[in-house]
Amino acid sequence: MSESINIFFVMLKRDLILAMRDKTDFINSLIFFIIIIVLFPLTFGSDAKLINELIPGVIWISALLATCLSLESIFRSDFEDGTIEQITLSRYPLTLIVSAKIIAHWLTFGIPLIIISILMGLIFSLPVDVILALFITLLLGTPTLSLFGSVMVVLTIGLRGSMLLSLLILPLSMPVLIFSILAVNNASINQSIIAETYFLGGILLLAISLAPIAASAALRIRLS
Amino acid sequence: MMLNDFFYMGGYGIYVWSAYAITAIVLIFNLILIKKKEKKILYNLRKLKKIKDNNEA
Amino acid sequence: MYKWIHQFGSPKYFYNISLVLSKWIAFVCIACFIAGLYGGLVLAPADYQQGDSYRIIYIHVPASWMSLFVYLVLATSGAITLIWRIKIADFVARASAPIGASFTFLALTTGAIWGKPMWGTYWVWDARLTSELILLFLYLGYIALQSSFNDKRIAARAGAILALIGVINIPIIHYSVEWWSTLHQGPTISKLDTPSIHYSMLIPLLLMLAAYKTFYIYVALMGVRNEIIESEYNTAWVKKLLDN
Repeated sequence: MSESINIFFVMLKRDLILAMRDKTDFINSLIFFIIIIVLFPLTFGSDAKLINELIPGVIWISALLATCLSLESIFRSDFEDGTIEQITLSRYPLTLIVSAKIIAHWLTFGIPLIIISILMGLIFSLPVDVILALFITLLLGTPTLSLFGSVMVVLTIGLRGSMLLSLLILPLSMPVLIFSILAVNNASINQSIIAETYFLGGILLLAISLAPIAASAALRIRLS
Repeated sequence: MMLNDFFYMGGYGIYVWSAYAITAIVLIFNLILIKKKEKKILYNLRKLKKIKDNNEA
Repeated sequence: MYKWIHQFGSPKYFYNISLVLSKWIAFVCIACFIAGLYGGLVLAPADYQQGDSYRIIYIHVPASWMSLFVYLVLATSGAITLIWRIKIADFVARASAPIGASFTFLALTTGAIWGKPMWGTYWVWDARLTSELILLFLYLGYIALQSSFNDKRIAARAGAILALIGVINIPIIHYSVEWWSTLHQGPTISKLDTPSIHYSMLIPLLLMLAAYKTFYIYVALMGVRNEIIESEYNTAWVKKLLDN
């Protein structure tokens, strides 16, 4: 039992060290995130009121797109050099190892994303309520995106056709997006966001319990 | 008079009939697509079989 | 009884049975379409509130029911593929996806066309319409995923996982009109209650539903037969079939 817990932390540490060694993967996605957010006000012109109304939604959509981009890095290098077969064949529970990789991805990509979104909120001088709503929805939403996205990554890794991953992730992430935007809109008119937070928390719990199982099943299918 | 009413549909004729037309087009398109695929598969497999039989003969 | 069900797993048996069934199903389908369309367009009286435009219900409601039904067939076949590795389940799932996507597209477009004169707008972002749109993207993603694999067995199993993850959308679509009261009207027909719709309008609706269902079964069976022939072309019975 403690062996399994050990393997979880070993895998987590390994992925974090690998991400730190080759920072380009997740830094590229974060820069992409910032660029998209900055591009939107260019097209709105200088209508400050319009910008303030739309920027929270823009931040969320850019977070979604940047997550789509960065997800491939979870399994790609392991797939390319064959480590993934070794991991699948080992006697350790695959679900645990997969969850370690997903958590490592969220730690290296999701947390900087949340921090940068708060900075973006401050730069665009959004009201504090809206920034708080953005923070909470991103805190609950980015792990969900990482979890569901990782299942899709396993299903599509190494296939021809580059946009297939995004095409598969977007339908599943629409509920998260809808509830987050509802929460942010409610916050901007000073309504309570507790209902949407409950929904997002529920979806996150669903993802935490189901996604690693689905991802490991998909991994076994892809490697059969 | 009745036929006119039928097409006019109380003023909503264009909506009702465009909806029915789209439905008919999509359903018939599906049918035609599957039948064409069946013909194509049978044709290709028959050709393949002929080549194999000629090679073995 | 198990022997009878087991036989359906054999491609040759399934092929021959489905050939016989398809003729009957086509007949029933055409009969239901004619009866339903006549009943719906000619016999049923105009609605008190909506006038004659409510007649779109006869193509909108069956399309949306079938979009959900076909997705459940897809997910169930996927589960059968994953658990029991039965090839026919692969084929059923692969054949059902395009027709299911078509039904979803029809539900969305006929609903939009109906919405314009009735509620003034083609589209609104309420729960039912948005989750139906998500269903369309799930179907398209499923078709895209299946077509990017070279090995059809792996494609079927990968698609099964995608379909099973998307099943969460089905209860959201079905109960969305009860949980949120926004633009889309509430349920008219439920299993446990008397329907809130008059019989002269209900009967053509049920006939059209039967017509859509038999249409789906006919098209899906033809698709399954295609897949069977393709995958079993090395066997003797297919060779004999190709000869005539």
